[in-house]
Amino acid sequence: MPDRFASRSSSTRARASGSLVVADAGSEAVLELETLPASRNGHAPEDSAGTGQAGMGALFWICTAWVAVMVLLAITASILPIKSPTFQDYSAVNVGPGLHHLLGTDDLGRDLLSRIIFGSRVSLVIGFASIGLGMVTGGTLGLLAGYKGGPADTLLNAGSFVVLAFPPLLAIMVIEAFWGRSLWKLTLMFAIVAAPQLFRVIRATTLATASREYVVAARAFGSRTGRIMLRELLPNVIPAAISFALIGVAVAIIVEGSLAFLGLSISLPTASLGNIINEGVQNSNLQANPYIALWPSLYIFLMLSALNLMADRLRGRFEVREVKL
Amino acid sequence: MRSSMGRYISMRLVQLLAIIFLISVLTFLLVHLLPGNPTLAILGPNDTPSAQHELLRQLGLNRSLPLQYWTWIGNVLHGNLGASFLTKQTVTNAISVAAPIDLELIVVSQLMAFVVAIPLALVAARRPNRLFDRLATTSTFGMLSLPTFVVAVLLVLVFAVQIHAFPATGFNRLSQGLGSNLRSVILPSVSLALGSVAVYYRLLRSDLISTLQEDFVTMARSKGLSTPYILLRHALRPSSFSLLAGAGISIGSLFTGAFVVEVLFQLPGIGYQLVTAINSRDYLMVQGMALVAAVAYVVINFVVDFLLTVLDPRVRHA
Repeated sequence: MPDRFASRSSSTRARASGSLVVADAGSEAVLELETLPASRNGHAPEDSAGTGQAGMGALFWICTAWVAVMVLLAITASILPIKSPTFQDYSAVNVGPGLHHLLGTDDLGRDLLSRIIFGSRVSLVIGFASIGLGMVTGGTLGLLAGYKGGPADTLLNAGSFVVLAFPPLLAIMVIEAFWGRSLWKLTLMFAIVAAPQLFRVIRATTLATASREYVVAARAFGSRTGRIMLRELLPNVIPAAISFALIGVAVAIIVEGSLAFLGLSISLPTASLGNIINEGVQNSNLQANPYIALWPSLYIFLMLSALNLMADRLRGRFEVREVKL
Repeated sequence: MRSSMGRYISMRLVQLLAIIFLISVLTFLLVHLLPGNPTLAILGPNDTPSAQHELLRQLGLNRSLPLQYWTWIGNVLHGNLGASFLTKQTVTNAISVAAPIDLELIVVSQLMAFVVAIPLALVAARRPNRLFDRLATTSTFGMLSLPTFVVAVLLVLVFAVQIHAFPATGFNRLSQGLGSNLRSVILPSVSLALGSVAVYYRLLRSDLISTLQEDFVTMARSKGLSTPYILLRHALRPSSFSLLAGAGISIGSLFTGAFVVEVLFQLPGIGYQLVTAINSRDYLMVQGMALVAAVAYVVINFVVDFLLTVLDPRVRHA
């Protein structure tokens, strides 16, 4: 019974009325994936407006476009016609939003728009790279383990619970205190924390998919395992995987922001959204110029909303149901 | 039946002990991640021969790795987690002073979250998809996109900077009077509570909606019972399991969520102490606090799981 050891708190998670709760420890913002089966009591899911519609809905595409814009801005930051994020213009300190500085400047006369765009690089790199890395490792293993089972599955499952036993923010904080922090070290640590989570959700989705009729039929036809995994399972696991990954990116961005806010993410003077907000509350900046904290807060809110909405729509559209974690 | 329960619990206890053992090994190994000479890194300017000798004895750094662990874990089990080389305060002492603050923050914020989320969910579930439900559901969805550090900063900006209703920083202990104690934790608790409200509302609402379709509710309705009575006396209890499970699961994450709030509001809880220790490179303090915090986290999760098992026998057979 491979799930026996693994039942640490998973049983309760799954039992929570079929809703999977992804707790990000970092900032207690618990993102919740409501995966109620559509047909529960013959009642259509009330949340996902996307269900039943043919397309993904306009909101989904607006969010996707917005995320794309943010990513593009972050990539092209150094060639955009914006000021340097570290240039201190002492003739324009604490200037409000205006033509010269679109979002104003901070207490050292640095352009806020530029700081936010450059700062979002850290959030986005850590968010997408760590989850991408976690998905490639954890997700692939989840697909393999979920379909093949056996002792390797049991072992991986048990291992994932050991890593999940650590509160992520605490683990990253403490490890980087000893190990040091740089962008790649942070990304790696985030990936290590995320991989077991992704492993579990992908494994669970695979288990559920593997019992569907078309997979059974393919096996009855004598298809090879590799073919079943690539042609039958993978295409049906991918929508769920993307949905989980988007939530994962949002959680990683929150955790990175929390670390940066605590002064424990990437070292200064590199801007990141969290440490700009932190600077905004230092030295009575909040009285003098609340914009320093407000703009990055707004940016991070829009970033997370878009990611959460995209995940929500995908879930509604593809009826990501199973949650036998 | 009893024996299966006993078997289940003992299985889980073995798992718990195994995980605690692994946590202790990993926290022990942290010191070895330090670049260069660990005594120099830990002691810094205090790296005098006598302090070095004391540290080497404490960590047993001059011996083989398993032996070092043996020495270290022996000290830990005797309650000796070492002492800060900056303030000379023992780690155990620092934790016992700081922990009550985390506890208070969590308790107060969770009470707030329940008081807000339960009535919201009751009203929304009564007429799903109507105006109130849509508003509440959309706004809680928005709350999920507001990290604690953003909420906390906005609250300080509005309630401390603009209208001076609450102090922005500082902590008054309970011994300084209940009123001033509560005033100092109210903003931090609200910051923590907001995320929980969103989660609890959504969990309870979806369970309530499905409970309200059950036959016994139709029965109660046909008997002519009033809707508020049905909601409170018939529907709430069978719908609250996910809520309790959700609350239990989030206790652990609240604990680290409190870190951000403590630093912003300068409440000297575990998180505040830990961040201070990290910034001043007080490695033994960091190691000790990490060990205690991680063990507390898994033990809390274990207890919550256990309580849920007692509440709902189905979990055992999942």
